[in-house]
Amino acid sequence: MITLQSYLTLSAILFAIGIIGIIINRKNIIIILMCAELILLAVNFNFVAFSYFNQDYTGQIFVFFILTVAAAEAAIGLAILVTLYRNNESIDVQNLITLKE
Amino acid sequence: MYELSLMALLAPLCGALLAAFFGKSLGKWFTNTVTIIGILVSLALSTLLLQILIHDPSQVLNQSIYTWMTIGELKFELGFLIDNLTASMMFVVSFISLMVHIYTIGYMKNDPGYHRFFTYISLFTFSMLSLLMANNFLQLFFGWEAVGVMSYLLIGFWYTKPSAIKANFKAFIINRVGDFSLLLGIALLFVNLGTLDYILIFNEAETLSNIPITNSSSSNISTITLSCLLLFGGAMGKSAQMPLHVWLPDSMEGPTPISALIHAATMVTAGVFMLARMSPLFELSTSALSFVLIIGATTALFTGFLGLVQTDIKRVIAYSTLSQLGYMIVAAGVSAYSASLFHLMTHAFFKALLFLTAGSVIVALHHQQDIRKMGGLYRYLPYTYITSVIGTLALIGFPGFSGFFSKDALIEAVHHSNIIGSDYAYIAVLIGVFVTALYSFRLLFIVFHGEDKFKGQDIKEPSLSIVVPLILLAIPSVLIAWPTIGPMVFGDFFINSITQPSANDLFGFEFTTPISFLIHALESPVVYIALLGFITALYLYIIKPELTQKISNFFKPIHTILLEKYYFDYLIEQGFGQLFKKIGNEFWRIGDIRIIDHGLVNGIGRNIQKFSSELRKIQSGYIYHYAFIMILSLSLFLGWIIYISIEKT
Repeated sequence: MITLQSYLTLSAILFAIGIIGIIINRKNIIIILMCAELILLAVNFNFVAFSYFNQDYTGQIFVFFILTVAAAEAAIGLAILVTLYRNNESIDVQNLITLKE
Repeated sequence: MYELSLMALLAPLCGALLAAFFGKSLGKWFTNTVTIIGILVSLALSTLLLQILIHDPSQVLNQSIYTWMTIGELKFELGFLIDNLTASMMFVVSFISLMVHIYTIGYMKNDPGYHRFFTYISLFTFSMLSLLMANNFLQLFFGWEAVGVMSYLLIGFWYTKPSAIKANFKAFIINRVGDFSLLLGIALLFVNLGTLDYILIFNEAETLSNIPITNSSSSNISTITLSCLLLFGGAMGKSAQMPLHVWLPDSMEGPTPISALIHAATMVTAGVFMLARMSPLFELSTSALSFVLIIGATTALFTGFLGLVQTDIKRVIAYSTLSQLGYMIVAAGVSAYSASLFHLMTHAFFKALLFLTAGSVIVALHHQQDIRKMGGLYRYLPYTYITSVIGTLALIGFPGFSGFFSKDALIEAVHHSNIIGSDYAYIAVLIGVFVTALYSFRLLFIVFHGEDKFKGQDIKEPSLSIVVPLILLAIPSVLIAWPTIGPMVFGDFFINSITQPSANDLFGFEFTTPISFLIHALESPVVYIALLGFITALYLYIIKPELTQKISNFFKPIHTILLEKYYFDYLIEQGFGQLFKKIGNEFWRIGDIRIIDHGLVNGIGRNIQKFSSELRKIQSGYIYHYAFIMILSLSLFLGWIIYISIEKT
């Protein structure tokens, strides 16, 4: 029997990987996007686990919504990425320091 | 009656506003017509009010017309108190004002500030009327300040002249000293009685004499004395009593019509008017009256001396005004308010006349004011000469002229009084009579007689608008006292407005007709002293003119002191002026430069700049830094919320 705790641990590990990926990554912006997705997935994982153990399907319905939003977000994120590449000819995070000025 | 007063007050204001806004575009004729109509309305309505009150003295109007603001118990109102005192003053003011308006048409004919001048004098008339008509201290103070402002603007009318700017500044600042004292006096009355209304204060004033000014038993000044002294401080500023008199001679820098209107006939008598208005208060304090008496007597005597050495035609008359104001204050000091007001009225006529004749001479000689360059003018300016002789005779108190009655009545009152200082005052006013005659005839002889210094030059009488007011003012200067002395000084004309001892107590003799007064007055030394002054002047300036030089050389130190005006200007400039300049400099250096400029204005900017230059170091521009900060702070907040919820359970 797999306990709730195992699910939550897994989800926490996924979440931590996502966060660390965003913070430590200094190269590719796509990795940042992927990490953001990973964080969302960790949350979804939590939802599904709780919903299963609580016998309440609200959580799973919520997951559908989150997945939809995540998909949309990914689409927008990639679109921005494309235009960014067109303008800068690079998707290197190190070069995106225009906020400084 | 209420509508009449309101219209009388507002008519000059309307005239002034119309002249101010449309005068430039509609021309000179419009300006002088509209302002003169305003004053004419005021004069007519004042006459009407006076007539109503003479007919039935009980018809006193005391009404508040507008509540300006209410703060708790405190009520600031505007209102009218029209009684015989107010109505007669209104008549005098609007009459002189009308004369001066007409005179100005000729006097300022070619001045570029024609419209401005008419606006100012009409506004002045409005301010003066509102001062006179007030039924509470607030409105009195408003009028008081407003006439001060108009006086300031008119002294500095020729604002390109440095001396005029200096003079108007001086007048304004010295008047501030007096006004501050007046304000303190009003505040003291208000603190003790809780109202600003005249009648309410007068009814309650009795209680003030028992209140000591502080709780300590050592001081024995009662509140009433102190408030009277403070109020009189205001009168000292406005009516130019020593030592606050220094502004009046300098105010002669302004055009002559306003010297006649403001600095001789009306505004400077506001202090005397106030003393009469406050008579119920002053009557309660003998010590305040003594102070008033001594200040007045000192002014009457010592400023007269200064008139003897002046060489500017207007300044001689200005010192004469100071001296005559001293006389009025003296009369108030011996409780003879009616005599004081009577002298105020006659003085208003003949002093305005003297100033206007001086103005006429100045115009005829193309703005020459130095009397040493004049002489023998009677050949060229017959009307001016005759009217100025009339004015001079009225001023020195020639029997039968108005000044004779008023001056004699008040000297009689001083003679009969026995409060502290009355002996000194009596001697001072008697010597004053001699000095008055001397300087008046000195001026007359030097200007109009002596050798003809204008032979072959084309000097002629100025235009009609200058001559007509002279004649119109000369008539009351001679005659006004005959019908008025009975009711005003000895009768009960002021019964509804002034508190004073009965005429019998004041003067000590029965009055029946002006003739009997005349005969009675001929027994007193006054006329003979004036005659002596006349003879001295005749001897010194007509028969033996070379003697004056010898005398001034012989009394060199005294002559110098007189020329330096007793060093009052010097003292004020070097003493107070330097002191306040130093204090002001310190305030500027510490308060302005250091605290406000360096500390507040620049300090805020500088500190924000410093802080933000530190803060911007956080802004690295790297996305992962922002993301890290976001996540860090998010988890901190979450941790905090969780911590709180655990605490609760």
